[in-house]
Amino acid sequence: MKIVIVGCGRTGAFLAGLLDSGGHEVTTVDLERSSFTHLPEGFKGTTILGNGTDLDVLRQAGVEKADALLTLTQGDNRNLMSAQIAKEIFGVKQVIAKVNDPIRATTYREHGIGTFSRTSIIGTLLEAMLMGDPEVGKVLIQKAKAHEAQMAERV
Amino acid sequence: MYFVVAGGGEVGFHLAKALLESGHEIMVIESDRRRAAFIEEQLGSVVLNAPADEGRFQLEAGCQRADAVIAVTGEDPVNLVICQLAKWNCSVPRAIARVNDPKNEIVFKALGIDETISSTRVIMSVIEQELPSSGFLPLMPLTGSHLELIEAEILAGTPSAGKSVRALNLPRGTAVGGIVRKGGVLHADEEVLLEVGDRLVILAPTKDEAEVRKALSG
Repeated sequence: MKIVIVGCGRTGAFLAGLLDSGGHEVTTVDLERSSFTHLPEGFKGTTILGNGTDLDVLRQAGVEKADALLTLTQGDNRNLMSAQIAKEIFGVKQVIAKVNDPIRATTYREHGIGTFSRTSIIGTLLEAMLMGDPEVGKVLIQKAKAHEAQMAERV
Repeated sequence: MYFVVAGGGEVGFHLAKALLESGHEIMVIESDRRRAAFIEEQLGSVVLNAPADEGRFQLEAGCQRADAVIAVTGEDPVNLVICQLAKWNCSVPRAIARVNDPKNEIVFKALGIDETISSTRVIMSVIEQELPSSGFLPLMPLTGSHLELIEAEILAGTPSAGKSVRALNLPRGTAVGGIVRKGGVLHADEEVLLEVGDRLVILAPTKDEAEVRKALSG
């Protein structure tokens, strides 16, 4: 798959690394050059310096031919704007925006934009772990731990 | 009428003040506490100190009964989300967004926000009206459409002088409404040959302004 990731902070870079080593064609976009240092060593994808809500930057990132676009910057609104541009203007089939405000995440999901809220996901997971319902996050945590171990090994 | 002004920066503050002075009811939503206090001091109890991009505060500000929500923060993504939420959650009849990057006018329209104001474009059109030597004056946008009214003079030495209206090859969706020649008005027939000094009144899609300019002045 050809995947564009807007926002190369810790999460964006982590995901870019996973997809890259899974054999996908990854392009990451960020406003700050220093953000690309989060990418794992040996990252084979492309990095684009620029604003992910800018049509020309998205075009440069190859959004016209992308199968999926994920927006993972720190700004909910920026993420929603990039994701909507990708979906409505460039016709990207799968778009997912990180929206920390759970209510905004729901509203936009109802309007056809894939969203996830770190707030509600982590909150739900922690509650389940505390209240002795370990099944809820079992697979997720196992997978995350495996990824972490792989990363640590490489370093 | 009742207007909710989202964002109490310089634009929001002066807009709110002007609306109040012309007898309207308003509410300003401003997230910065100090700025909100300043506006309240100047304009009275017409400020909600909260983020305007959260639905519940839009409800608290009474967006459901507002005639228009006007998003004038300095950030385009914030203005987009404010307008979309106001339309979806509060069904406001008009959601107007300030756009800072003029490219975003088209983006906002594609995403369902039809009414945008670009300060860059406004200033550009003022400058262009002040400098008539360029011969190309975008006069005004036409409300409720993606069109604008342009006045263009045929200048000596430009490729349009001596051509017929048809041969200008204006972009699709553009119409020449009339030609002002020697103080009189001429019907803009496709075959009329343009003379130096003619002034064309043109209706064109806003996005094609640059193309129209190019067709006329090369």
